[in-house]
Amino acid sequence: MAGDARLEAQIDQWRGYVRRRRAISAADVEEMEDHLRAQVDDLAATGLDDDEAFLVAVKRMGNLDDVSREFAREHSERLWKQLVLVPEPPVAAGAARWRELAVVLALAVGAGLAVKVGILAFDEEVTLMRNVGLLVLPFLAGYFAWKRRVTSRVAAAVLAPAVLLAVVINVYPFAPGGSTELLAVIHAPVVLWTLLGVVYMGGRWRSDAGRMDFVRFTGELVVYMALLALGGGVLVGLTFGIFGMVGVDLEPILEDWIMPLCVPGALVVAAWLVEAKKSVVENIAPVLTKVFTPLTIVMLLSVLPVLLGAGGLVDVDRGLLILMDAILVLVLCLLLYSISARDSLAPPGFFDVLQLVLVGAALAVDGVMLTAMLTRIAEFGASPNKVAALGLNLVLLAHLVRSGWLALRFLRGRSGFAAVERWQTRYLPAYGIWAAVVVVVFPPLFGFA
Amino acid sequence: MHIDKDLVAASATPLVLGILADGESYGYAILKRVAELSGGRMQWTDGMLYPLLHRLERLGLVSSSWATSEAGRRRKHYAITTAGKDVLVERQEQWAVVADALRHVWQDVQEGVRHGVQQGFGTGPAVAEGRA
Repeated sequence: MAGDARLEAQIDQWRGYVRRRRAISAADVEEMEDHLRAQVDDLAATGLDDDEAFLVAVKRMGNLDDVSREFAREHSERLWKQLVLVPEPPVAAGAARWRELAVVLALAVGAGLAVKVGILAFDEEVTLMRNVGLLVLPFLAGYFAWKRRVTSRVAAAVLAPAVLLAVVINVYPFAPGGSTELLAVIHAPVVLWTLLGVVYMGGRWRSDAGRMDFVRFTGELVVYMALLALGGGVLVGLTFGIFGMVGVDLEPILEDWIMPLCVPGALVVAAWLVEAKKSVVENIAPVLTKVFTPLTIVMLLSVLPVLLGAGGLVDVDRGLLILMDAILVLVLCLLLYSISARDSLAPPGFFDVLQLVLVGAALAVDGVMLTAMLTRIAEFGASPNKVAALGLNLVLLAHLVRSGWLALRFLRGRSGFAAVERWQTRYLPAYGIWAAVVVVVFPPLFGFA
Repeated sequence: MHIDKDLVAASATPLVLGILADGESYGYAILKRVAELSGGRMQWTDGMLYPLLHRLERLGLVSSSWATSEAGRRRKHYAITTAGKDVLVERQEQWAVVADALRHVWQDVQEGVRHGVQQGFGTGPAVAEGRA
């Protein structure tokens, strides 16, 4: 019996090894595994022990590189990693195959309808904007709760803060057109996205790997949303063209129905696509970072002398500060996504040096901006917008400084890459917390102005 | 005995089609049959059979279906199609021509050898001198 278990383990290992070949599909592996087992049985019947029989059977199967090449020649399309939306029979059977698709479509329609109802229910646009995250994200969270089979404890731990947030942003007596309200509108989705992360991880929010997966998911989701938007735009454009020919203006329908229903729906569908294909295609976000890291360095280095040479930095306005925050977020995303795809065992390379240069350049630019911002606040006093921009800048700065320091240590061989990776994911909740502070604490602090 | 891989590749399709013409079968059994038919002298790289079967399936010469083996494992069975049978007949004719031509050539070579040997005897002393 122990021999059987040993053989099973060996076959498992072999299967895992073959599955990594792109050109060999799961069904092919199954077919070859049947072959391997039949061969082992026959060899064992001639008196070989299991180990020997397994070795001979694997040897007869041939060099996997050659076999894989032969499969690739026959199935070249597989190298283009086809996305299979509905699993093929060997994986799931019958109605179960279609269940996930049905759940996703139902949730997508639900998200669209929720937004549509919101539009009808809330008179003021700003009320809708405050609540739009609360209308859409529960459907996304619902998908992951279903997919990950989250426990009721996790569900409660996520629901409680979400409900609290919903109460706060709807009960606070915001002054009409005030900046604290606008800040709440901007920051509430960040808080909700953090909570979504907890659901995505199935409650394992302490796991570094889990958080990194959520980071990857977010990046891929953005890429997919952009692609869906592009495709949707083409489709809408063509439809408009046709209807325009016969003198029908679709503009009101687009505004009233297509946008409110399709955009939230697209978000749910995009999340499902990322989930369905994450093991199928190489992630695209890390590929983009490889392209944009050097370009961003050039951009930052060209911005720096302009900022320093401009002289009148005391005059910098709020817009520039927000722009600066946006640049830092971009730098961090580049950092985060290249780290998310890096083999943590690989030795330091050229790209790691490039990243350190990127962080250095970002810190230099931010240093100039921060000085300007502090001068401005000292001169004109604090406003909610300025404090929010400054706070975010400090949160980002802490992230970048430590990233730069760890990257330097890694390049000099003082520590492993794991430390760099760990810092990135451990720091992420800080953004959620800062967003929560802006939503919950700022309005009362600044008298709801 | 090692058989040149080009020869193995050329004979693989008619062999597989011929075996399937006898009745539906699956990968491992097909390979066993090949070994049996050649008296164990033809050994294929087992893994290479599957891409070949898939190619034949894509060309419509065989069809496949999943079934369960006696041991309860899922197993993919292959059966020859009508198109496959046509191709098999065609290949049989081609191979018959090739085999026929080869047989004549072997005969000529053997006769040539015998002839050459006789000639060799005729010029025996010269060769013997040459060797000496």
